[in-house]
Amino acid sequence: MPAAESAPPAIELRHIDKRFGTVHANRDVSMSIARGSITGIVGENGAGKSTLMSILYGFYEADSGEILVNGKPAAINSAHDALRLGIGMVHQHFVLIDPFTILENVMLGAEGGALLRRGKASAKQELERLEREYGLGVDPDAVVGTLPVGAQQRVEILKALYRGAGILILDEPTGVLTPQETDQLFRILKTLRARGSTVILITHKLREIMAVTDEVYVMRGGAVVAHRRTAKTDAGELAELMVGRKVRLEIEKGPAKPGAERLVVEDLTLHDARGVTVLDHVSFAARGGEIVGIAGVSGNGQSELLEVLAGIRAADAGRIVVDGVEITPSQPRDPARMRDLGVAHIPEDRHRLGLVVSFEATESALLGYQHDEAYAGAVLQRHGAINRHCAALMDEFDVRPRQPFLRSASFSGGNQQKLIVARELARAPKVLLVGQPTRGVDIGAIEFIHRQLVEHRDAGCAVLLVSVELDEIMALADRILVMCDGRIVGEVARSDADERVLGLMMANARGADGIAASA
Amino acid sequence: MEDAYLVALLTLSATIRVSTPLILGAMAGLFSERSGIVDVGLEGKMLAAAFAAAAASAVTHVAVIGLAAGIATSVMMALIHGYASITQRGNQVVSGVAINILVAGLTVVLGIAWFHQGGETPPLPPEGRFMPIALPFQDTVAAVPVLGPIYARLIGGHNLLVYVALATVPLTHWIVNATRFGLRLRAVGENPQAVDTAGISVAWLRYRAVILCGVLTGVAGTYLSIAQNANFIRNMSAGQGFIALAALIFGKWRAWPAFGACLLFGFLDAVAIRLQGVSVPGIGEVPVQFIQALPYALTVILLAGFIGKAVAPRASGIPYVKEH
Repeated sequence: MPAAESAPPAIELRHIDKRFGTVHANRDVSMSIARGSITGIVGENGAGKSTLMSILYGFYEADSGEILVNGKPAAINSAHDALRLGIGMVHQHFVLIDPFTILENVMLGAEGGALLRRGKASAKQELERLEREYGLGVDPDAVVGTLPVGAQQRVEILKALYRGAGILILDEPTGVLTPQETDQLFRILKTLRARGSTVILITHKLREIMAVTDEVYVMRGGAVVAHRRTAKTDAGELAELMVGRKVRLEIEKGPAKPGAERLVVEDLTLHDARGVTVLDHVSFAARGGEIVGIAGVSGNGQSELLEVLAGIRAADAGRIVVDGVEITPSQPRDPARMRDLGVAHIPEDRHRLGLVVSFEATESALLGYQHDEAYAGAVLQRHGAINRHCAALMDEFDVRPRQPFLRSASFSGGNQQKLIVARELARAPKVLLVGQPTRGVDIGAIEFIHRQLVEHRDAGCAVLLVSVELDEIMALADRILVMCDGRIVGEVARSDADERVLGLMMANARGADGIAASA
Repeated sequence: MEDAYLVALLTLSATIRVSTPLILGAMAGLFSERSGIVDVGLEGKMLAAAFAAAAASAVTHVAVIGLAAGIATSVMMALIHGYASITQRGNQVVSGVAINILVAGLTVVLGIAWFHQGGETPPLPPEGRFMPIALPFQDTVAAVPVLGPIYARLIGGHNLLVYVALATVPLTHWIVNATRFGLRLRAVGENPQAVDTAGISVAWLRYRAVILCGVLTGVAGTYLSIAQNANFIRNMSAGQGFIALAALIFGKWRAWPAFGACLLFGFLDAVAIRLQGVSVPGIGEVPVQFIQALPYALTVILLAGFIGKAVAPRASGIPYVKEH
């Protein structure tokens, strides 16, 4: 593209270097991002992508190096500077004010005068114009907190566009979206590119890079390790570059050999504190030796289902049978007694339910089993046994660093998760409840954890896997149940499932056929 | 009948006078808390202002100088709270409690050292105080039946600071809802990161909110010592800062409902004063202590039972640490 080469790049980073204490977050990073392009930056967690973008957006200051915006050296010391230079950012966790309307959220920081009235009128006009131009599909007067996640993300994009951002950075934008919402986002990004905007897409999902970007930078260990034109690379090469070695995106596993029914759930119903039905007559069975995947957009009852099955909360109606033992709402069991039945639980939110971040690894590796005779004396804990137990788990599950007395918070996300997986799998459970096992976990650890799940399946354990990552469900599950609005809206054998079918089922409880017909 | 009407009017008039410091305190707290800075130090700031106003006025015999001293002192206290909780990211409740304790002791110590009257300040002459303002034609209109007394006793007959307090309510409502500052104030109390990423300084915004809070508690304290009373008495704020805070929560951090709550608490207080020594049929004379405790007891009951779910500004009490 000769035209692009004559114009200065929208963003040029030269030799950016940044350290946090002993962590070298960015090493001599140089990038050149062409105007009117979509550029992807991929890398594992901790590869330095987010740090780099925070430097570009003025959250951090680089220790050394230079940033050029549209060919001119720029000093970006605050978000304010970035905005002034036309750089907008859509954060991974939205920074929106829930009780505000879209209009108020968009206006914040660009109110157009000390009084709101006039600014509101002109902002509304501008929003309507942007709406026509980009087709974002949002109503300016809607309260942000009531919107679905996909719409909230579009509000973030709107915020940036409203401020005249010609350069848009999106940090892991698709983690919370349905496949359909993701498609819509990509359409918007392509419209932006067509109108001359520059888009930087940070992600660890290679499929998205392949689907939408023009160029891609691969980061590893804080440094740029490769720069490719997307058309001239493929997901396999990028994955290899990301982790620095060959990884299998597929998991090798033999066919499932389902045995007896280990977990049976019948008509399980749960209402939340406001009386809203979160679980609506959920029924299914899981056999030993199979992995049952539960797919669904987050917030459709999967979390609550796991909590009920793990004994964290009691259902309002229905029954659960674990290996012949019946649990009803009139006789609920707490998590400790569920564990006694051989039900292990790897919770979705490891910081809230999985471990205590301020505890040492030895203590986190013990949670839930602290009353075992092996570890608990009459009064005091048996520290020797506890420490040996933790050290053994760390060895077996490759938890790094191997420091049993390190605070749990000091481990990376992947290693925290491995510690929890180790703890729960150590007892050879009959039923394994797994929620988002690889959320925020790097590729190496994902592979390891997936292999563990398959091994336990083959050992005869019934595995119930809840994940919002379709890739993960498709890679692991032998049968897939889809949840929407607290109900199981469909069941597909792995061999019949593809993302389109699952996506349509996830998005619509009733009329999956209707959508399929109209699409 | 005539008598009952007059009693009712006088009780309502007393309600307004008693509510004044509550209203000022609640509006002060509203600015601070909507910005995400919890302020349990309203009480201390009011007390400090009361002492400063009375002391300055005792020396100069000029009420306005008293007011200026009251506001300046209270703003200083607010800045200490701001420095601790915004710049140093300390615990806001601890900082507020510290201010309350500091002021409770310091006013007495300085009072004894400067005025040698056991911690009180000398009684002030009228020119050193805010005295009731005569409304135009007050005496003529007062003679008109029914409406006359309303004009003279309910609308009129108050000092300047009462009207200032009443004016702060619509003003606060307007600032919070119709101005750029108000939008940002609400935003920073809900999600400071959103404010930061919009290129607005979180700290400066919160400091302004805290200073506004100081100004209003300054007026409240000044009212206590040199308008409602004629000198400073130790611990004269007597929990009114906390009642104002309760009214603010009761009003769910909104100006008009908080104002309503202040009037309710003020009314209970005014009734309590009027009931003292009155013999209630069937019960006999109600003990003074019981009546005095009534507003507090009712506050607890109202707060516990009738407030519904009060959702505080989401970022309230959490120091803002930049992250990404």
